[in-house]
Amino acid sequence: MQKPLILTAAAAFTLATPAIAETPVLTVLTYDSFTSEWGPGPAVEAAFEETCGCDLQFVGAGDGAALLARLQLEGPSTEADIVLGLDTNLTAAARETGLFAPHGVSADLTLPIAWEDDEFMPFDWGYFAFVANKGAKAPNSLRALADSDTKIVIQDPRSSTPGLGLLMWVQAAYGNDAGALWADLADNILTVTPGWTEAYGLFLEGEADAVLSYTTSPAYHLIAEEDDSKVAWPFDEGHYMQVEVAGKVAGTDQPDLANAFMAFITSEAFQSIIPTTNWMYPAVTPADGLPAGFETLITPAKALLLSPEDALASRPAALDAWRTALSQ
Amino acid sequence: MLIFDDVVLKQGDFSLSVALSIKQGAVTALMGQSGAGKSTLLAAIAGFLSPDQGQISVDGVKLNQLSPAKRPVSMLFQDNNLFPHLSVLQNVGLGLRGDLRLSAIEAQHVSDVLTDVGLGGMGDRKPAALSGGQQSRAALARVLVGSRSVVLLDEPFAALGPALKAEMLDLVKTRLAGRTIVMVSHDPADAHRIADTVCIVADGCVSAPVETKELFANPPEALSDYLG
Amino acid sequence: MAHSTFAINPRWPGGIVAGLVLALTLGTLCAVAIRAEFQTGFGAADWAAVRFTVSQAFVSALFSCLLAIPVARALARRQFRGRSALITLLGAPFLLPVIVAVLGLVMVFGRNGLLNDAFGLVGLPEISIYGFHGVVLAHVFFNMPLVTRLVLQGWLSVPSERFRLAASLNAPVGRLIEWPMLRTVLPSAFLVVFLICLTSFAVALTLGGGPKATTVELAIYQSLRFDFDLGRAALLALVQFVICASAAIVAWKVTSPDGSGAGLDRAVQRWDGGAKRDVLVIFLAATFLALPLGMIILRGATEVLSLPTDIWKAALRSAIVAVFSSALSTVMALALALRAGRLAAVSGGLPLAASSLVIGTGLFLLVYPFVNPAKLALPITMLVNAVLALPFVLRAMAPAVAKIETDFGRLAISLGMSQQTWIWGVVLPRLKGPIGFGAGLAAALSMGDLGVIALFAGDGQETLPLAMYRLMGAYKMDAAAGAALLLLTISLGVFWVCDRGGRTVADF
Repeated sequence: MQKPLILTAAAAFTLATPAIAETPVLTVLTYDSFTSEWGPGPAVEAAFEETCGCDLQFVGAGDGAALLARLQLEGPSTEADIVLGLDTNLTAAARETGLFAPHGVSADLTLPIAWEDDEFMPFDWGYFAFVANKGAKAPNSLRALADSDTKIVIQDPRSSTPGLGLLMWVQAAYGNDAGALWADLADNILTVTPGWTEAYGLFLEGEADAVLSYTTSPAYHLIAEEDDSKVAWPFDEGHYMQVEVAGKVAGTDQPDLANAFMAFITSEAFQSIIPTTNWMYPAVTPADGLPAGFETLITPAKALLLSPEDALASRPAALDAWRTALSQ
Repeated sequence: MLIFDDVVLKQGDFSLSVALSIKQGAVTALMGQSGAGKSTLLAAIAGFLSPDQGQISVDGVKLNQLSPAKRPVSMLFQDNNLFPHLSVLQNVGLGLRGDLRLSAIEAQHVSDVLTDVGLGGMGDRKPAALSGGQQSRAALARVLVGSRSVVLLDEPFAALGPALKAEMLDLVKTRLAGRTIVMVSHDPADAHRIADTVCIVADGCVSAPVETKELFANPPEALSDYLG
Repeated sequence: MAHSTFAINPRWPGGIVAGLVLALTLGTLCAVAIRAEFQTGFGAADWAAVRFTVSQAFVSALFSCLLAIPVARALARRQFRGRSALITLLGAPFLLPVIVAVLGLVMVFGRNGLLNDAFGLVGLPEISIYGFHGVVLAHVFFNMPLVTRLVLQGWLSVPSERFRLAASLNAPVGRLIEWPMLRTVLPSAFLVVFLICLTSFAVALTLGGGPKATTVELAIYQSLRFDFDLGRAALLALVQFVICASAAIVAWKVTSPDGSGAGLDRAVQRWDGGAKRDVLVIFLAATFLALPLGMIILRGATEVLSLPTDIWKAALRSAIVAVFSSALSTVMALALALRAGRLAAVSGGLPLAASSLVIGTGLFLLVYPFVNPAKLALPITMLVNAVLALPFVLRAMAPAVAKIETDFGRLAISLGMSQQTWIWGVVLPRLKGPIGFGAGLAAALSMGDLGVIALFAGDGQETLPLAMYRLMGAYKMDAAAGAALLLLTISLGVFWVCDRGGRTVADF
């Protein structure tokens, strides 16, 4: 028994060491679910390598927030050429690191808002929403939700991107009255989970009436599982957006490849992969439109988004209000 | 000669002073109340305790600086004299060399000694497959295969019945003749049976050895207290 | 004062291991602290986190111990079919990845769980698992079985003669035999559970119901991941160490020393009755453990065979990591057990107090300037998993090692055995049972650990827990349930093989 095990282990390690290739390597630091077998990573890698004459390597690091922390840990000596997967709640802090260079790309984005940021380029976006089972009594606003006896699961804004998204949602919609809304929401919140995964898992087990996720979540169930029982609730206050962006690391040792990749991000090849792998809206709608099924999704009447700087600046106070209201 | 030159042993509040010599080849019994220091004295001879003062020597060799293994001393403990997971042959072989690697000649020697103590053909057994008396014989065989001149017995036969114990004591007397034997005993009958001399351990002191017969004929106060 | 002149147990390997443990726990903390710019101090929210952390850990440990006593007592007294299977099952919750166990618990105790379904049928009001009591319930689910095993060991180490004596004297068994035994076993068991719960993070938050249930570990996570405030993370980790150290000192003060290495296979024959109560207790405990596990099995059973190949590869990778880290952990525990003493005890306990996030981050900072962390992902995971399992492996081995030395140390010394012969010829053969148990525990703990791999893993290096988590992250909850079942099966299987192997090879 002993010997084969050791051999397998040796093999595993050899495989783990990246092959030394003559082709240039472009390193993209991104979040875990982007690189996973079920995410956009494999298809994106294949598509880019077709034209670049390079080896595209993804390094996965937790979620979007962990990604920024990882970059901060690595500092200027980072081997990453591209960082992909931050959202606008994090870009202000990312900008402060001074590690990013202007992307120099112009593209016809199909975002519901105007985009002006010369360092970070959106690659997809979505609306936060509460996802529930079809037929459940649906509130039509955050306020109505707070006044109802609907039970929801949310994520902790201190450890998860959607959690932070909801914090900003309430902040953007209610401003100084955010604390009051949280106080009224408190009795609707079944529990607060560390991340999206736990929350969505609890919801699917039937623990809560709704879970904080995205308006695009029902598309997964519809397209991948042929299950049309999940819906997102449209809210009158509007829906907070998550815009996921990529940036070029200033100190990259592959500036040409990095520029090529930044341009590739908004190309048809990349954008058409996004909807059914990352389950988000592409930043540039592909020529032949969105995949069948996306037309069933709700379209919020109003898109909410704080500027990165406002998001960063308002976070501490918003977090305090959230914590105070929910700790009662 | 086993000589204690003004030896003082201390353990916490307890202190034991020893100044005496024991003749080569004599069987000496240590008698005294529980906790009087009999086992402490054996531990010091074996090298598990170093004296706070004085010197212990055997035939002119000073023991204080020698590790237990380097001393010309074998010891039988109250229990756990055999390793349960080793065969009888391996256990006894440890008396010859401490590394469990017996040569063919050494193994033959061990087998001979086993036969001599009545365990012929039992070398491959584990101790658990032996009776209590046979286990004692195996332990004794381990002392026999070695040639250390001093043998310490810390009541190794206490768990045996009277007849078996007597048998084992006789075996000690005959097979270990010529070696200096120091034994701890609670039972005057043991001393009667094989000891040439007796030392009384009491009040932090060890008395000089006295002829066994003479002692029992005319017991000093410490002994009569003990015998009751 | 007369002193022992010679010791047969080698001390230097334990010294090396202690150094390694100190480097990985306190050293990584220093690595984080050195990089830190101390910006923010300790706020009211941090103190609230400390209070919640300590109180939930205390209550969880208390209930785990209180509930384990009757279960261990019943198991010690009754012999029945499936008893040894049940004892193996006791290891299961402890070895489960947190998210799996939480979902299992929710399927039983949640709003939509079995219990509320049953309550609904008979018209009882709904109960909620979310809140302080939910956190305690989950921690009891994780740790009560562990305490049961420890206490059971204590019960079985009481020589049966003493029970016979008590029976013949018609003396109170409880005060005479059981209470003194519990005094030796319970404080350290309480401490272990307290420390495990102290560093709890996902359980506390998921079932805690809101930010009230913020633990220090979550605050560390927040500092490291969201605020990139290394100074605050280091400070919080230090606070965690201080709490753990205080708890350890208290536990040592109230423990009476004892050592035992008894097997778990025999039942102690007793004459003080209570058969019906024992059966009820065993039934309740088995149900409490088996229901969530059963739900996990049911949920995953249909999915296991259709899992994608990547999951099987990840499972193989995890198994290899588990085998190596278990071997490493066992060797390290043996070295510490042989050394004994205060340094060994401290380094055997430190990993319990360490935040695996801080270890991971510290290691990352130490390694990054020299090597691409992804290249070291698996070796580092092995090492860290080995160190994190060390307290449990050491607990399994130390009393047995101490007993071997007490029983045979002097004999070996007087025979002139070399340290080499002593270890290979005496200690190891006599230690097979505890080594099997310890190695199995370490392997299973490593299987289920998500810890540092998440920070280091590059492409194609994911372990099974990470792969399972990624499945969930891609909405594939059903496949994840299959992966969870696979994980549960392998963990328990590895544990069972090692534990059994150790017990049957032991030939006395």
